[in-house]
Amino acid sequence: MTTLHQINHQIVYQRPESLSDTNTHYCPGCTHGVAHRLVAEVLDEMGIREKTIGVAPVGCSVFAYKYFNMDFVEAAHGRAPAMATGVKRVLPQNTVYTYQGDGDLASIGMAEIMHVAARGENITVIFINNAIYGMTGGQMAPTTLPGMKTTSSPLGRDVELSGFPIRMSEMLATMDGAGYIARGSLHDAKHIRKAKKAIRIAFETQERGLGFSMVELLSSCPTNWKITPNEALDFIAEQMVPVFPLGEFKTNPELAKLRV
Amino acid sequence: MPVTGWIEVNDHYCKGCDICVAACPPNVIALNMERLTPKGYHPAHLVSEGCTGCGICAIVCPDAAITVYRETPQRTRQKITVQEIA
Amino acid sequence: MSKQLLKGNEAFAEAAIRAGCEGFFGYPITPSTEFLEYMAKRMPELGRAFVQAESEVAAINMVYGAACTGKRVMTASSSPGISLMMEGISYLAGTEVPAVIVNVMRGGPGLGNIAPAQGDYYQMVKGGGHGDYFPIVLAPASVQEAINIMGVAFDLADKYRAVVHMIVDGNMGQMMEPAELPPMRELPKKPPNWAVTGAKGRKPNFLSSIYIDPVEQEVTNLRLLKRWLEIEKNEVRFAESGLEDAEIAVVGFGTSGRVASSAIRTAREEGIKVGLLRPITLAPFPEKRLEEISKQVRRILVVEMNSGMMLDDVNRVVQGRVPVEFYGRMGGITPLPDEILDEIRRVATNRMPVNGDARQQWITRLEKIVGGQA
Repeated sequence: MTTLHQINHQIVYQRPESLSDTNTHYCPGCTHGVAHRLVAEVLDEMGIREKTIGVAPVGCSVFAYKYFNMDFVEAAHGRAPAMATGVKRVLPQNTVYTYQGDGDLASIGMAEIMHVAARGENITVIFINNAIYGMTGGQMAPTTLPGMKTTSSPLGRDVELSGFPIRMSEMLATMDGAGYIARGSLHDAKHIRKAKKAIRIAFETQERGLGFSMVELLSSCPTNWKITPNEALDFIAEQMVPVFPLGEFKTNPELAKLRV
Repeated sequence: MPVTGWIEVNDHYCKGCDICVAACPPNVIALNMERLTPKGYHPAHLVSEGCTGCGICAIVCPDAAITVYRETPQRTRQKITVQEIA
Repeated sequence: MSKQLLKGNEAFAEAAIRAGCEGFFGYPITPSTEFLEYMAKRMPELGRAFVQAESEVAAINMVYGAACTGKRVMTASSSPGISLMMEGISYLAGTEVPAVIVNVMRGGPGLGNIAPAQGDYYQMVKGGGHGDYFPIVLAPASVQEAINIMGVAFDLADKYRAVVHMIVDGNMGQMMEPAELPPMRELPKKPPNWAVTGAKGRKPNFLSSIYIDPVEQEVTNLRLLKRWLEIEKNEVRFAESGLEDAEIAVVGFGTSGRVASSAIRTAREEGIKVGLLRPITLAPFPEKRLEEISKQVRRILVVEMNSGMMLDDVNRVVQGRVPVEFYGRMGGITPLPDEILDEIRRVATNRMPVNGDARQQWITRLEKIVGGQA
């Protein structure tokens, strides 16, 4: 049966080519999937999927290589920036990005992320900050909020005992090698659109050889936060954004010439 | 309604997380409690007239499960263009 | 090309470049640092990749990333640095990507010292990283041999998609010797089909050591094992001298093998029928040749710069056919030819079976040398 719809219609939104047709193992409502889709859309729009090499981390996104439709390698825990450096240095014409969570990037991989930025390595990092270790079942992360309950801070993160959350974007913005550093959030459509722009600018930074670029994305973990997906989005807006302010922390002057 | 649109939700991807349901401005999406996807979720679907094809459900969807159509071409998916301004 | 006077570490680095190394990632550590310094100057001249990483951990993961592109890449370090690299080495092995890793060994454990040693034998030969894998281990004994074996190392790594360790001690890294470098090899025009290069006009490649399903992991382990058995069959390398009529066989690798060979020359002049087996591949170990030798000689003397690690492998192969004796120095001390000569003389006159454990008896002799301070 032919409907009117099929005769005269336009697709406004569809799955990007840079995503594979594999359905993800992420829990329902986990915004990892949004971040994946945004990266895929940006790579599609820039037409660079076929020269892009992704570096997957260890953590919930350990299987990222299955979900993106492009060449991928899988790093050891925290070492994605070093691995990406190796790839980029021998294939400088390719686009190289890592996709890392907060445990991977801000805890075990702290040295690698700081130095990849210090070197001004022409790679892009997509940093998912959901304030918790997801894959191992909800332990305290370096970005866990003060007072936040996790399985390894069952009474709430006590800053006297286990310190304060780390603001990676602010810290990395101090690096001369960084071309673009921004923090976005995935908690509603407006912020998702902004986040996509930031991801686009980050990849533009790499394509223009302007140094290290990173987009930190505040992301939800309904399962380990033990709330519903929609409540988790509210948690980002109400609890995380005040601790991790949104915005651009470093923008190479060359990028200011871009109208995105 | 100024524009009419509709969505298709792919059972292969949808996990019934309810995010599109809450985000839909005209409130025309719900989880289909009559059906289960192969993975065992109640998928999202259109429940009444009034979809404008705004695409917000697809923007917030964590599983890229939604294709959005619109009858009258107006805006397309947020496509970022980059221009160098001198 | 004629012979030049070359410093070990620099010569190995140039040999690697000539063998087609397109990426070097390292971290300074004595006694391997000259390797990195040489690469820092030479690689950019040739438009090839060089990074001084923030740590050995980062360096090996840069090697891992670059190896996934199918190019010939390497690192060089010394014992504590190699320990830090072990996680990455296991990943390289699990992902089945080729890489060459040079270990210029020093005294340990721990911080130890910067003097030449062979105490990393177990770590290198038996794996070192986690999981079931089998690295190829090459142990040259002169600057020239190391130069020659560097090309072999890259060829083996590519052929078997394997990790290849070249282990030398600090003596070899630091010494200057006349040697000849090979000509520059041409770089391959096309990457191997498994490499990540961007999925242009083909399905995406992904390289990983993750096999979440134990069944797939076991299939992978089996593939690695079968590949290793092929390597054992095809790639054993060793040097020998004076074994034709020998009654005593000395077994030693690298510097200790080399020192033993000069002791053997003197012993021969004294009329002692002694020969040398010097494994060049420690893994795969020259088992067949050693077995033949054990059926011919009357005694075997193992000489090492460690506490008797290869000794265990020799015993495993010899299976008690003849007495196996041991002489080792540890802690960064290189045995003198005279020490080994004395050992050869002792072994030559000793017609008794070894009474007890060879290592135990060596400790007694060693304690006399070091003054019983242990």
